[in-house]
Amino acid sequence: MLRLEPRREPSRAMQVLTPVFAVVLTILAGLVLFAILGKDPFRAIWLIFFEPLTQTYALAELTVKATPLILIGAGLAMGFRAGVWNIGAEGQFVAGALAGGSVALALHETAGLWIMPLMCIAGMLGGMAWAAIPAFLRTRFNANEILTSLMLVYVAILLLSALVHGPLRDPEGLNFPESRLFSESMILPILIEGTRAHVGFILALLAIAVAWLFMERHLLGFQIKVQGQAPLAARFAGYSEKRIVWMCLLTSGALAGLAGTTEAAGPVGQLVPALPIGYGFTAIIVAFLGRLHPFGILLGGLLMALTYIGGEAAQIAMSLPSATTRVFQGMLLFFLLAMDVLVGSRVRWIPRTVHG
Amino acid sequence: MPEPLLELDGITRAFPGVLANDDISFRVGEGEIHALLGENGAGKSTLVKIIYGVLRPDAGAMTLRGKPFAPHRPSEARAEGIGMIFQHFSLFEALTVAENIALGMAPELAKGDLRGRIVEVSTRYGLRLDPDLMVGDLSVGQRQRVEIVRCLLQDPQLIIMDEPTSVLTPQEVEVLFETLRRLAGEGCSILYISHKLEEIRVLCEHATILRGGRVVATCTPGEETARSLAEMMLGESLSPPATDRRTPGEVRLRLDGLSMASDTQFGTDLDDIGLEVRSGEIVGIAGVAGNGQTLLMSALIGEIRAERREAIQLDGRPVGHLPPHGRRKAGICFVPEERLGHAAVPDMSLTENVILSARMRKNLSRNSFLNLPRAARYAGDVVARFGVKTAGVDHAARSLSGGNLQKFVVGREIMQEPSVLVASQPTWGVDAGAAAFIQEALIQLAKDGTAVLVISQDLDELFAISDRIAVIANGRLSTADPVEELTIEQIGLRMGGQVRGRPDTLGAAEPAHA
Ligand SMILES: Nc1ncnc2c1ncn2[C@@H]1O[C@H](COP(=O)(O)OP(=O)(O)OP(=O)(O)O)[C@@H](O)[C@H]1O
Ligand SMILES: [Mg+2]
Repeated sequence: MLRLEPRREPSRAMQVLTPVFAVVLTILAGLVLFAILGKDPFRAIWLIFFEPLTQTYALAELTVKATPLILIGAGLAMGFRAGVWNIGAEGQFVAGALAGGSVALALHETAGLWIMPLMCIAGMLGGMAWAAIPAFLRTRFNANEILTSLMLVYVAILLLSALVHGPLRDPEGLNFPESRLFSESMILPILIEGTRAHVGFILALLAIAVAWLFMERHLLGFQIKVQGQAPLAARFAGYSEKRIVWMCLLTSGALAGLAGTTEAAGPVGQLVPALPIGYGFTAIIVAFLGRLHPFGILLGGLLMALTYIGGEAAQIAMSLPSATTRVFQGMLLFFLLAMDVLVGSRVRWIPRTVHG
Repeated sequence: MPEPLLELDGITRAFPGVLANDDISFRVGEGEIHALLGENGAGKSTLVKIIYGVLRPDAGAMTLRGKPFAPHRPSEARAEGIGMIFQHFSLFEALTVAENIALGMAPELAKGDLRGRIVEVSTRYGLRLDPDLMVGDLSVGQRQRVEIVRCLLQDPQLIIMDEPTSVLTPQEVEVLFETLRRLAGEGCSILYISHKLEEIRVLCEHATILRGGRVVATCTPGEETARSLAEMMLGESLSPPATDRRTPGEVRLRLDGLSMASDTQFGTDLDDIGLEVRSGEIVGIAGVAGNGQTLLMSALIGEIRAERREAIQLDGRPVGHLPPHGRRKAGICFVPEERLGHAAVPDMSLTENVILSARMRKNLSRNSFLNLPRAARYAGDVVARFGVKTAGVDHAARSLSGGNLQKFVVGREIMQEPSVLVASQPTWGVDAGAAAFIQEALIQLAKDGTAVLVISQDLDELFAISDRIAVIANGRLSTADPVEELTIEQIGLRMGGQVRGRPDTLGAAEPAHA
């Protein structure tokens, strides 16, 4: 019979390999699923997972979708490692877009290379300010940051809506609830001519590199890990829990705010009420898919983006149900969690003869 | 020989890089108290985990009362009447004693008047325990009582105890032994792991001795000396620890009117604690668990800051306001009681675990970036000098056996050559050879000019290494008197709190007043 046994030390290689196995299993399950649906399973899988990788345009779209996921995921993972559960990145994303966007709108008649960096900084500050609220409530009143950060998402979305209906509305826009389109200097430079791929992706890659350095080599990253794994040991070492909470929330807020700005100043090009489309929440899955490790998050972000793009393409090309993308994302998570159990334990074949 | 209750035949179990159990066979008779002896990492805990169904053997078989026995999980072992007290406890801190006990029991047994039964069993066996206390507020010694009582409540036929007495006072040990003998008399067998050879000699009828995962000898402990038992375990002869006295120098650590309210609901407050520890001197603090040792340790480490900075002084400078790393920088190092989770992060490597407390003094970082190669080298030095058995410094702290992790944690602090070392239960769970080694390392440290403060419940140990001993009872500290002027009985009285206030009469160090 088969049995699960906890391991004292899960192997490193297995931890890296599980997401890979999860993807393989998802593909296998997808094959079965499409066969049952009466669709050509190999074509469907090809369209979802591989076709986008063969086209420049789709690859470019991949980076567009992956940029916010990676930026936000990298910040969230840091907090998750410390046991700081910022669930409200979506709100910080919106606050960042608002701050960065406001700078763009205030300066809309100016031009200059300095405007873009200023917008990014404003966006990060906006996200930080939004994340500072749960940080303050947690460190001061011991309020649970899961609840406070989540509730602030809705406040941020309503605030965005109120502002684009009011003060930020495009004066020449026929009363549509949208801001003015950002002018040339406020739009992120395009990386590949004819696509939407923008410099934000470079920022995301940079964020990954810095996050890696920070988590694996810097004292603060070390403190975060100790705090998350053994709070008493963190106390013994003398790390301040409050400082770690502040640091994690501010950093993840800043990155989510930056993502909001690159989204507004990238593919969207203005402030609209529909700006937040759930990147802040999907990034939570990305963070776990990437094992809370920066490089993993890079891959996880790209993979999630792939399911978005490929799923959409397959839906159109093969008239698949619209739930296809979400089913795939769900399966991915399911297999990942299942694989996790297997990594944390080991399966042993127990021959019956032991009894005799 | 009594009827065999449990019989092991060729049990083998490997972990990556080690064969923890290698073809182990022996039997435990009904009503027998059977000792399992062996140095740190010999494979004792692994073996009893197999018996209790936590781990599975790679090969080999067991029979219980003549029938094949292969528990797949602890609940199956419990259903067969086997109870176990682990070396590292498995309690939930946020639950009460009664809730914890209920959780670890079969649901049928947990029904009815559990609280009443807890009180009944704990008083019957003299293991004072309030079922409504939060486990998080209990000291290690008290937590162990919870485990013991939980085990006893299930009317077991075989009780496995993995180092149950390492944190009990002599009186508590006496009571426990009475209990165990009575249980054995009632036909219950006991499989007993301990590094305290004297205890084994008076308690156990048979002993199986492991070394490197194999059975190397069996004997009747009563017919052996502690020395000969240790030599069987180690396979070599032991030299008795040196006991020459040192001449104390300057006062290095001074506690002056240290008072502190406990941060937990049921903890003991510290009340006007005064103490001086001089360079070259080892001062022991004796006391029954739960009399303020935990809080005192927190106060010394700096996990809780003192109200007045002068309450704790190092070389005449106030340090009571400094955080732990500030105190380390100033020259104080600490060995807390609980090694897994407090002194070490279980899932981090030994390399990372030295960064935890040795970063300051060993320069393991530069401009806030970690110097991992240097940390690995330091971890390697600790492993080498303290004979820590591990497959490598990149292995997780959790993968070490209890005693080996203790050696590592103590070594990590001693090798920082602090001016003051504060150690709580420094030899908890280490084998006789390693305990002697750690004690000698402490003595050597003192010889080199460090002021050493040892908080321990092990009176034999305190008498063996201390120059002066103070007693903590109810959050108050007696004077520290030279060991030559003290007897175990006097200490026992003070531990019971009979001597209230401060017996200034014998004062070697004058008690400091705020
Ligand atoms: N899950 C595990 N993974 C890797 N190694 C392990 C694991 N469990 C035990 N070991 C190794 O097996 C050996 C035996 O460990 P065990 O805990 O049984 O020793 P022990 O006799 O109980 O020692 P101690 O007296 O120090 O508690 C040690 O070398 C230990 O490092
Ligand atoms: Mg052990």
